[in-house]
Amino acid sequence: MPPEVALAIFLLPFLSFVVIAFVIRPFLNNRPQLSGYVTIASIGISLLLSLWVLVEVIKSPGHELSMPDYQWLAIGDTAIHIGVTLDALAAVMLIVVTSVSLLVQVYSQGYMRGDPGYPRYFAFMSLFTCSMLGLVLADNLLFLYLFWEGVGLCSYLLIGFWFHKPEAARAATKAFVVTRLGDFGFLAAILFLYAKTGTFDIAELYVLAPALLSATALTWAAIGVFSGAVGKSAQFPLHTWLPDAMEGPTPVSALIHAATMVAAGVYLVARMFPVFASSTEAITTVAIIGGFTAIFAASMGLVMNDIKRVLAYSTISQLGYMMLGLGAVGVAVAGGVLEPEHGLMLGVAVGIFHLFNHAFFKALLFLGAGSVNHATGTFDMREMGGLRKAMPWTYLTFLIASLSIAGIWPLSGFWSKEGILAHAWESTPILFYLAMITVFMTAFYMFRVVFLTFGGEYRGQSEGSHGLHESPLVMIAPMVLLAILSVVSGWLPISELLGGESHSFFGALASPLAWASLILAGLGILLAYAIYSKKWLSAESLRQRFAPLYTLFSRKYWLDELYESVFVVRILIDGLFAAFHWFDDRVVDGVVNGVAGGTVAAGRGIRRAQTGQLQAYGLAIFIGILVIVACLFIFD
Amino acid sequence: MNLYLLAPEISLCALALVVILLDLFIGRKWILGAVSIAGLIVPAAFTIALWGTNETSFNGMLVVDQFSLFFNLFFLVSTALVLLSSTEYASKFAAFRGEYYALVLLAAMGMMLMASTRELISIYIALELTGISLYALTGFLKDPKSSEAGLKYLLLGAVASAVLLYGMALVFGLTGTTHLEGIKAAISAEGLLASPALLMGIVLLVAGFGFKIATVPFQMWVPDVYEGAPTPITAYLSVASKAAGFAVILRVFYEALGPVSLDWSIIFAVLAAITMTLGNVVAIWQTNIKRMLGYSSIAQAGYLMIGLATVSALEPGAIGSSGPSALVFFLACYALTNLGAFIAIIAISNKIDSDEISDYSGMARRAPLLSLALALCLISLIGIPPTAGFMAKIYIFSAAVDYGLIWLVIVAVINTVISAYYYLRVIRVMFLGAPLSEERVPSSGALRAALSFACLGVLVLGIYPWVLLRIAEAAVRMFP
Repeated sequence: MPPEVALAIFLLPFLSFVVIAFVIRPFLNNRPQLSGYVTIASIGISLLLSLWVLVEVIKSPGHELSMPDYQWLAIGDTAIHIGVTLDALAAVMLIVVTSVSLLVQVYSQGYMRGDPGYPRYFAFMSLFTCSMLGLVLADNLLFLYLFWEGVGLCSYLLIGFWFHKPEAARAATKAFVVTRLGDFGFLAAILFLYAKTGTFDIAELYVLAPALLSATALTWAAIGVFSGAVGKSAQFPLHTWLPDAMEGPTPVSALIHAATMVAAGVYLVARMFPVFASSTEAITTVAIIGGFTAIFAASMGLVMNDIKRVLAYSTISQLGYMMLGLGAVGVAVAGGVLEPEHGLMLGVAVGIFHLFNHAFFKALLFLGAGSVNHATGTFDMREMGGLRKAMPWTYLTFLIASLSIAGIWPLSGFWSKEGILAHAWESTPILFYLAMITVFMTAFYMFRVVFLTFGGEYRGQSEGSHGLHESPLVMIAPMVLLAILSVVSGWLPISELLGGESHSFFGALASPLAWASLILAGLGILLAYAIYSKKWLSAESLRQRFAPLYTLFSRKYWLDELYESVFVVRILIDGLFAAFHWFDDRVVDGVVNGVAGGTVAAGRGIRRAQTGQLQAYGLAIFIGILVIVACLFIFD
Repeated sequence: MNLYLLAPEISLCALALVVILLDLFIGRKWILGAVSIAGLIVPAAFTIALWGTNETSFNGMLVVDQFSLFFNLFFLVSTALVLLSSTEYASKFAAFRGEYYALVLLAAMGMMLMASTRELISIYIALELTGISLYALTGFLKDPKSSEAGLKYLLLGAVASAVLLYGMALVFGLTGTTHLEGIKAAISAEGLLASPALLMGIVLLVAGFGFKIATVPFQMWVPDVYEGAPTPITAYLSVASKAAGFAVILRVFYEALGPVSLDWSIIFAVLAAITMTLGNVVAIWQTNIKRMLGYSSIAQAGYLMIGLATVSALEPGAIGSSGPSALVFFLACYALTNLGAFIAIIAISNKIDSDEISDYSGMARRAPLLSLALALCLISLIGIPPTAGFMAKIYIFSAAVDYGLIWLVIVAVINTVISAYYYLRVIRVMFLGAPLSEERVPSSGALRAALSFACLGVLVLGIYPWVLLRIAEAAVRMFP
């Protein structure tokens, strides 16, 4: 395979961005549908090329292709190379990104029809896909970080796509700022690792970082990297941006939640797994944050009324599972229970296998939510109900995805979730129990959505149920494809390819663990059925019985309020920025305004104002000199 | 005395005089601009002809080395871009267009001399030649704002000059010489390393030069002067004048005050941190784009000063000079970027007659290429690849990391993130905002040429920085 293929995979979407932004949008604005076609064509070819890469990777010994790299920069003695990694991990991620992205773009043609920003939408989507592909292919931390920021920027643009809506603009800013908090740590860790090892190259860091860094330093470096992943993958405590990010168009949510953006964090931990697994403290942190986030987010998903919010918390929870999977195996490796040779690949396989399966069913769930919204014009489940008659295809595909995420045999979610649970059981029992409770919660909240949305009678006020209609074929077709993938993706030998365990189709049912989780999931579905379909139990009375818990969950543990009132607004903006603003406004300009306001004659006023201001400026020079001198003599 | 060494400066001075003379006879004033720009080829040619020379003349007052030649070219290119962007703007001036061009050229000559002298008195005279030309240019519009800016700049400049002279006097009093090499020798020979008076002199020099490069707390003139001055002059101040200040600081502190580098490096490091933080944080609140770029240029001076702080961290005998070379490289990248941004603003503001950021709403529809160019320059100011600003930041940060100034790099990185907010806000307004009118914003050929050059430079340096980086390294090689 020529090395240009790898470059083409990520350059094609970029080309599509360039063509839309510089040709179609300025010159062919009257034919916006062209931008959709260009995007679909470029990502479609990328998908085909990714499949080619996958086949080559499978055929190659060690499942890794060596690619030439080019020197790009030399700083002092160290050179930075541009290179491409093509191993099983990258190949699997390429497939996830291009396939989900392609289906989302096809769906978007229906969903975004008639939107005035149609070409802009596809331009951003192309760039978003391109950044994520670049992130996956990068073989050094510097480039990985560049594309990492590119993904962040595109998500900002897309979440705020309907920027005229204040909530959308706010959500976009929130996503940008909150993920940036994590990126501080990531960037600091990159620079720190570079300072200590003199390389950005990831493969070299596997060896050099554990060799050259002290145990404490390695832990902090790994935790710094992890903080970037926490922000991007919306793990506790930086998860607050993801539920708000639904303000963007729904296909964007599907892409963000499934294949790009949030997947980047998990991918980063997987890519840096050997570094993480060298520090018990760091990998334990990953496992704990993951396990805690899984149950924490699921608890909030139990009570949300907005269908996309339930799905958002579900994503956070599932990402927590992936982190837990990586962490649990990593803890075993760091503790010497597993041989590094086998364990390192196993950890990646466990985490990424779930990412792979999750990508399809979560994309499908979001597209289903978008389809429902297309018909009802709302995302509030209290105004839905009875949609299974009007929208049979949406109902069927959504049901399949829900069964899959609940982990019902033999759908895809079952296989990867079993892997995570089994390894958590072996190495981190407490987190295992949390994960088992989460299995129950997941099944419950997903089927709460299913019954509230599709079961019962239509409760919407705006128009009668006769106005409801199934979405057009261009939206249904991608959903059906994703539904097929949600069933079969777990049967593909992805785990084996990544170096993990293989599964036996019926043999999996022999394990007691599988039965335990299936029973828990079944109980969750049953409870949802009892409350929301048959109404044996009244949701209202349950809510009152558990009022404190309900309030805690529905107010999202008050974390949003805490962050916005205490952290971001109060301290940063209200405090520090306002102080500087006040200084500029009052001290500098105020001298002018104050003096001028009090004077009668305008001419005299301006002159005096200028004199006053100049004195202030001159005074600042002298005070500055005095302060510097004083500091020097005091600290010398 | 080898007058040929002075050929770039002499030819530039002659050019200024020719422009003034032509002004008397020629009615079509655009010719003056054309002559000024075309005439810059002569000093540039002399500079290139002198390339590789390493000589001193005029009793050690003039030095022609790789450093001064690099800065000669730097100032000539910046001046050419400023003049190109002035041709259309100059129609705002009722009269004295010839003087405008001549003053710009004379200021450039002052800057060139600043970079090519090794003696305190000559430095002062060159500094004043630049300063006085710029004071006059700042007030050139003659409206209340411009006049106020000119007067403020003049008075505060005088204060700074006094402080600088006081510092020079202290250094001279202690060492008995005004030659930089002599000062260095005297400091070591007479045991002045721990002298409080010398320390006082150093602080006063920092303050005097700090005014030129607009570091905190000597930056207060910047927003008012930048807002009031004609926009091409604002660009000139923010790029060329600042670069001249850095060139002089490199010379004086590195050559004369090298033995006491521990004292001044920490001053520069702390001032760098404060300067970039203040510049960035206050820039967030600006609604006027020139004022915003004023604060932004204060912040950029903060990043540049990282290079000064790492100059001194070089241990004796250590290999590599990445501190000063990173600073010089950063200056070149910053110059192209900031000039590009200002040229785009000149083109837009000329037509819409406003500097308010809110009036740039939807500019991408009205002037797509200008908006794109401005966006590129703003992205470069943030330091996002593939732009010059990114490379510049990478080099200067990595130089600081190499020398162990990790805390300063962390501050700078946090600052970079803060700065993204206000730069991106402008891009957002331009590309996502609703246009205030459907009227297109045309621009002149000269502006477009200057802008294309700047943007091309920003991209080339962002992708292939090698050539310039080698030149920058050569330029600072003579520093011990």
